[in-house]
Amino acid sequence: MSAPATEVAPTGTAQIGEVVLRAVGISKTYGVTKALKGVDFDVRAGQVTVLFGENGAGKSTLMKILSGVEQPTGGQLVLHEEPVTLENTVDAVERGISIIHQETNLCPNLNVRDNIFLGRELRTRAGGIDYGREAEITSRLMRQLEEEIAPQTLVADLRMGQQQIVEIARALAAEARILIMDEPTSALSASEVEVLFRVIRELTANGVAIVYISHHLEEAISIADHAVVLRDGELVAHEPAGDIDLPWVVHRMTGRQAEYDFREEPRDFGEVALSVRNLTVADLATGRIVVDDVSIDVRAGEIVCLYGLMGAGRTELMETLAGRDPMTAGEVLLNGEDIAGLDVSERISRGLGLVPEDRQRDGVVQMLSVGSNLSLAGLRSVVRRGLISRTSESGRIRRGMDEVTVKAAGPGTPITSLSGGNQQKVVIGKLLMTDPTVLLLDEPTRGIDVGAKGEIFALLFKEARKGLGVLYVTSEIGEAMTASHRIVVMNKGRIVREFDPRTSSRAEVMAASGESASPATSTTTTDEAIGGTQ
Amino acid sequence: MTATNASAEATPRPQSPAGGLTSRFRSITLSSALVEGRALLALILIIAVFALLSDNYLDPGNLVTITKQVAFNAILALGMLMVILNGGIDLSVGSTVGLTGAVAGNLFRGLDLPLTQAIMFPQVWVIVVISVGVGALVGYVNGLLISRLRLAPFIVTLGMLYVGRGLTEVLLDGQNITNELRGQEGLGNTGFFEVFASRPLGLPISAWVMIVLAILASILLVRSPFGRWLYASGSNERAAELSGVPVTRVKTRIYVIAGTCAGIVGLLQIANISSATADLGQFYELNAIAAVVIGGAALSGGRGTVKGTIIGAFVIGFLANGLVIVGVSPFWQQVITGAVIILAVAVDRIQQIAQNRAAARRAAAEVRAKTPTTASTPA
Repeated sequence: MSAPATEVAPTGTAQIGEVVLRAVGISKTYGVTKALKGVDFDVRAGQVTVLFGENGAGKSTLMKILSGVEQPTGGQLVLHEEPVTLENTVDAVERGISIIHQETNLCPNLNVRDNIFLGRELRTRAGGIDYGREAEITSRLMRQLEEEIAPQTLVADLRMGQQQIVEIARALAAEARILIMDEPTSALSASEVEVLFRVIRELTANGVAIVYISHHLEEAISIADHAVVLRDGELVAHEPAGDIDLPWVVHRMTGRQAEYDFREEPRDFGEVALSVRNLTVADLATGRIVVDDVSIDVRAGEIVCLYGLMGAGRTELMETLAGRDPMTAGEVLLNGEDIAGLDVSERISRGLGLVPEDRQRDGVVQMLSVGSNLSLAGLRSVVRRGLISRTSESGRIRRGMDEVTVKAAGPGTPITSLSGGNQQKVVIGKLLMTDPTVLLLDEPTRGIDVGAKGEIFALLFKEARKGLGVLYVTSEIGEAMTASHRIVVMNKGRIVREFDPRTSSRAEVMAASGESASPATSTTTTDEAIGGTQ
Repeated sequence: MTATNASAEATPRPQSPAGGLTSRFRSITLSSALVEGRALLALILIIAVFALLSDNYLDPGNLVTITKQVAFNAILALGMLMVILNGGIDLSVGSTVGLTGAVAGNLFRGLDLPLTQAIMFPQVWVIVVISVGVGALVGYVNGLLISRLRLAPFIVTLGMLYVGRGLTEVLLDGQNITNELRGQEGLGNTGFFEVFASRPLGLPISAWVMIVLAILASILLVRSPFGRWLYASGSNERAAELSGVPVTRVKTRIYVIAGTCAGIVGLLQIANISSATADLGQFYELNAIAAVVIGGAALSGGRGTVKGTIIGAFVIGFLANGLVIVGVSPFWQQVITGAVIILAVAVDRIQQIAQNRAAARRAAAEVRAKTPTTASTPA
């Protein structure tokens, strides 16, 4: 373990602008899914390299590789002109690479000082923890970061923005020369973003290299020195920030999205299948309103896209509709019938099911085979005299696998051996086998390659033509524009606007979501935030 | 056979042109057979070793004795298996065995009806139903606390272990109930021993009960929706819930099953030792857990079989009996039994690690074979 920082201001050996970390042909494969396909890029001392890309483009995989969480299946990382293998995060930190996650990784039950030195405690001669020196360094770091937080303050008592600062202080205490920031502003208020950007500028002035990821495109552009754009695991652009603007980024990010286009001529949809009236949901732990007075109708045969940024309350809305989370106020009607009091399994049997956002955590049952996963939700329909009828179950499974075109050796294949796209098809197929009236899908194409994305939407549109109502969540604008009959935009818990994808532009929809892609709604806040540093 | 194993053994149609996929499945089948067979192998080994060391070991009389002891543990282990498949644990079954015995004993002694001078002597079948019902009720309370209030199974059943044992002591009030179990012709409550200590076809009744319950449990786990739900919610409860599995109800019921099994063992045991005593069933829960684990079940849930559990119970039974017959001191018996339990899980884990490594190596090799161009290393 390297010696902890005694100097507060990081003193680097690399000149500003010098390449400190180089990724050469980095590729990463999970099972059959290729998350990264030979990515090359440089990280320069004293400059901010921003990574752009849609969900599933491979950004988070790249971050995991740069920070030692995972090892690449191909390619090489070159640190200070020397090829390195980052065994794990501790190894990465010792080599001066720290990562600050979207969700802070602090222990809320410990104070600021203990968090900063967690795992690398300073020792006294007797072998105990040198609390005095730790507190002294903590105060110095906090002064440097202009956030006067006492070392003894409990992390649980800090605001999100302050916790972010503590994370940065922890990285500095570990003498980070390369700092990776994954969505650092997603939980911050405007003034906190301002503080963060000022800190970033101070760090770069001291020669720290920053790798920055954010969905807030304009914010990210305003802080960028270099822009790297990933799409479907490939590097599509690597340019100095002077040459880029928002339309350039959006174009590079979404370029190949139009490979499928399901926009169709208006047709008559059926009756209203799902009717949500003034639904309000409060987070049970914090009491914060996460879904605020939302009303949506989904008609039979209609595919409605719920577009919005992460944290807009989309997942909370979906889980409440599915019956997992309790609603605070409002009404949910399925085929005109109030289903507010029903639990998940009762809602499924009435015809309303959810394909969850996190496939691994909530979607597949890892220890069951493909076939058993597929038949799980509709199991009741193959029961004869109290027992599962094997013939009728395997028949349904075979039909189900054909229906959703699962690529698997057979129904007995372990579900975990399938690619993400095929696993998702199984999760969708599982609910289709319950003959739903309305299907809810939360980020149905997350982490799935473009080909499988198209197949999943083709499946949904086929079912819609047979009368299925679909309400799905996405944060990919290309998907919203090309694969829905109607776009409903959600921002901060509320439905802000509705769009017809055939007559509206990406920029309009993104602007409504708060993503502010439109050059017209320029980012006054972030311009002010960085205080003319560019 | 679990759903998992059954599915792994289904022969997949070879579709991969590389053939890598098929060979992977074959190796999964082979290794799962090893996991399944491991407990059986251990059992055969134990029997062989002790048969060599002692002439009396394979004596029919001794085998019957072993089987009787194994049956008590195996019946409890079947209930425990359900709980463990769900990712839970039930520490209270031993106390429930004692409590059921005490309840049955008290019923044989007669009920003082309040506000009257009368004492009621229920018939044997009523006593049986009430006693097993008490076991089920204890399980139901456990289940409700665990599934509805989402309390930790370990804590709830640990508490119930004390409550059950305490109630047993209260009911027996320092006295064993022995003679009353025989019943009296005049009171109409005879026949208990005639059934619960009987030996149809030379096999103790407890063994028959074990066989019947094992078959029922197999059907329940492999063929009924409840069984599928149990495996699913044990492997991934959130996914199961979103698939419409009534996870709360499933969870409550498995503790009822575990309690019912304990109730049955309580009755069989007081018939076996002709006495309801305060320490009856003490530490039984630990033997039951050991049988389930030796049988290849994962304490994290979702993996485990009836067959494995029964074999696990026999491993413990044959080992314990063999050690006694060979004359190993009781202190060393405990050491050896404990070591066997740890060894069973350790081997299981080592095998899993080896499998994961092999799978990772294969995946890496496949990737290298497919993408030769991108994996360039700078000089």
